[in-house]
Amino acid sequence: MSMTTSDSPHPASAPGEGTARIQLVDLAHARSGDKGDTANVGVIAYDPADYPLLRELLTVERVKAHFGPLVKGRVERFELPNLGALNFLLHGALGGGGTVSLMTDAQGKVFSTALLRMEVEIPVHVAKRARGRGRMPAGESW
Amino acid sequence: MSSHSNRDAPHTQPPPDVVRIGSGQGFWGDDLEAPVRQVEGGPLDYLMMDYLAEVTMSIMQKQRSRRPEAGFARDFPPLMERIFPTCLEKGVRVVTNAGGVNPLGCGEAVVEAARSAGMAGRARIGVVTGDDLMERLDDLLAQGHELRHMETGEPLAPVRDRVESANAYIGAVPIVEALRQGAHVVLTGRSTDTALTYGPLMHEFGWSRGDHDRLAQGVVAGHINECGAQASGGNALVDWWTMPSMESVGFPIVEARADGSFVVTKHPDTGGRVSRPVVTEQLLYEMGDPSEYITPDVVADFTGISLEEVGPDRVRVSGARGRAATDFLKVSIAYADGYKAVGTLVYAWPDAAAKARSAARILRARLDRLGLTFEEIRIELVGWDSTHGHLAGPPPADIPEVQLRVAVRAREAAPVERFTREIAPLVLTGPPSVTGFAGGRPRVQEIMAYWPALIRKEAVEPNLDVRILEV
Repeated sequence: MSMTTSDSPHPASAPGEGTARIQLVDLAHARSGDKGDTANVGVIAYDPADYPLLRELLTVERVKAHFGPLVKGRVERFELPNLGALNFLLHGALGGGGTVSLMTDAQGKVFSTALLRMEVEIPVHVAKRARGRGRMPAGESW
Repeated sequence: MSSHSNRDAPHTQPPPDVVRIGSGQGFWGDDLEAPVRQVEGGPLDYLMMDYLAEVTMSIMQKQRSRRPEAGFARDFPPLMERIFPTCLEKGVRVVTNAGGVNPLGCGEAVVEAARSAGMAGRARIGVVTGDDLMERLDDLLAQGHELRHMETGEPLAPVRDRVESANAYIGAVPIVEALRQGAHVVLTGRSTDTALTYGPLMHEFGWSRGDHDRLAQGVVAGHINECGAQASGGNALVDWWTMPSMESVGFPIVEARADGSFVVTKHPDTGGRVSRPVVTEQLLYEMGDPSEYITPDVVADFTGISLEEVGPDRVRVSGARGRAATDFLKVSIAYADGYKAVGTLVYAWPDAAAKARSAARILRARLDRLGLTFEEIRIELVGWDSTHGHLAGPPPADIPEVQLRVAVRAREAAPVERFTREIAPLVLTGPPSVTGFAGGRPRVQEIMAYWPALIRKEAVEPNLDVRILEV
């Protein structure tokens, strides 16, 4: 995680607090799947307290721009506040889908982690708490 | 079949407090030992097994066209030979869509398997038919059922000649009827995955299609069960490196009550984990609009769901709401849509990615010179960009190796066939440090495309039938 303080105010920041850049992978986990040529990505806040932040960061426009040419069609977003989660539908993402698709990931199984690559600007205190949350700790065996 | 709710034949005993429904298979090809662990590892009332994905029906249809007695999940009868005696002894009933495009053939094979297991005269197999629309397709089209593609809106008629299978996703009503008639095993064709779980709950608790909120909870239970271990730690991203004993992962078990609330758990002394985040991941799998999860029996709203950890490996699920089902069933149609093939080669350090890209350029130029026409050519470098595309950034200069993966698709078989002969020559006529061609020439695959459509329920539901086969 690269910590950079920024002067731009952030609604969820304490007064005078800067922001830091982290990858979404430290703030949320995710699962994806397919329906025809549409991939879905469910994004779940590790800490339910971060759900409002996720909601603010992960706009339809932002997600569409993140995927760029990987998503040909529109992006839809659905909210599941009880689960601390957002569900995205990525239309036209699977090269025709199912058996038609020539993609290794024809069933959209790893669009989840592709979304978690996104870099987001969040309040420093949240970034400090989240740092490294989504990655296997160094020295861990598997 | 008309609406046989089990309200027509009330229970002679009061409904049980808790009904335990375990998941045994999440797809055709899942862990073969999982159903054995489920029936032997602790208390269980029902074992549900989902074998069907979008493409599975067309694969089964092809197998049946070659051998009329085939067309179902052929792993299932030998599995029943193994677990049926224990199921009967412990009172575990099995509900599955293993019947594929030939539920009766599957039923007969299960009868044989049960007899081999020494169960003659002791068990009944309930077989649900009527979901298969293939033989009726021309009549249905002639009657004005256009079966338009749900996404593109195109009518089916132009591709009618290429249709290989057509099945309506049917709900739980015939499953309930088979259970009412005392079936120890209920075998269906294209039942919805979730009906395999909420069907037994309707039977046990006397729920009908009008019990919207309870049925919606049953749908949620079904959604959790339908992918096997994905709800108990398999393929879970959250803290995956801490997931214990996955070699003996316990598949999920739903412990449901008559009010619709349920606890997700797994047997003791099994691997994996049932936690709030793990169950949440599964709830979101293949999710569309969470406020509108459409099934043949109810439309469920997942947005009000609450999850609560109530003990080790125990998550309580409540709060789903339901509303009346629509007048339609979804139809799964598969049609022949051209040919494809995938060829791979492995390139080693130094400059592995550059070599692979160079080989891909040479290959494309050769395909052009041969005058071959493809609908699509896709180049991926496995080890760098095959999963996250441009989001992976440029390849590291010192990347140790990459696999070049070239996939092509064409209307006709001929160009694809010629493509499969152009991979091996690259080994001696292209960039160096190349290996990994031991698998031989790539296989030409016929593409079975998926055509989802809707049909009015009255065109299908009167044809649903339950047949009981005595072992």
